[in-house]
Amino acid sequence: MKTLEELAQIRDRMKNKVALREGSGEIRVVVGMATCGIAAGARPVLNAFVEQVADQNLGDRVTVTQTGCIGMCRFEPIVEVFEGDKERVTYVKVKPEMVPEIIKEHLIGGKPVTKYTIGAVE
Amino acid sequence: MKELSLNILDIAQNSIRAEATRIEILIDETETTLRLTIRDNGYGMSEDFVKTVTDPFSTTRTTRKVGMGIPLLKLAAEQTGGTFSIRSVERSVDPEHCGTETSALFYKNHLDFTPLGDVVSSIVLLIRASEKTDFVFRHTMPDRTVALDTRELRQVLGEEVPLDEYEVLAWIRDMLKEQYAAEA
Repeated sequence: MKTLEELAQIRDRMKNKVALREGSGEIRVVVGMATCGIAAGARPVLNAFVEQVADQNLGDRVTVTQTGCIGMCRFEPIVEVFEGDKERVTYVKVKPEMVPEIIKEHLIGGKPVTKYTIGAVE
Repeated sequence: MKELSLNILDIAQNSIRAEATRIEILIDETETTLRLTIRDNGYGMSEDFVKTVTDPFSTTRTTRKVGMGIPLLKLAAEQTGGTFSIRSVERSVDPEHCGTETSALFYKNHLDFTPLGDVVSSIVLLIRASEKTDFVFRHTMPDRTVALDTRELRQVLGEEVPLDEYEVLAWIRDMLKEQYAAEA
């Protein structure tokens, strides 16, 4: 059973960690979650990024956020990756099955998975 | 939308944009009907604007961007023989009682009824999208009620640990899933 005592334990465990993490996150993963994105299947994609980034302890380097309509509705679900001064990488028609590869090759390995990017699809 | 829970995720984001500090997501089910109500205390909409959000094709106005989220929910309800309503009080008119209430009634036995789907995912992602907002979620079914009030969780978490910490979100997800799975 999930109890409030258990939540209190999470609080005690997290207290110090949260302060440490502030200001970090050199890579930003942004998932389009407007009506067009949601209808095209963005929710499981966002879920996959959130869960796998946490499971692989990438939270210190990678921040996963959501945004509104990116303006290219026919390519939704769209995921944009921002990293420092590098050019933004735009993944289009993203499916949850693609997420492990994007995390492994791009977020960890530093090489964008070009076959899923807008350049490859357009 | 393939699931009603996706409409919930979509519509509640309007409430976040309207700077709501509290959003209530209420689902009331009987054997044959489902009523979805999303109520917020955000800055509201003018009467004219409410008309344009329910029917984006009734206006030739091109200067203001009107989304498809509300019309999609309205359609989803009406295609089951149900009803849809939206009421709003603008902040400039009444700052004490401003906000928007969207309500849709569905007939579950109708062929075109869209199943609720993964509502837990939608609730968790909404909390994650707007950590500062308080969410009240209550899903009443004939044999059980699933409920969540983030104000209660905040009391336990205090100020140091935010609701959008992954471990906290995972706890919320599992807590809701447990309530859905519990024996009636």
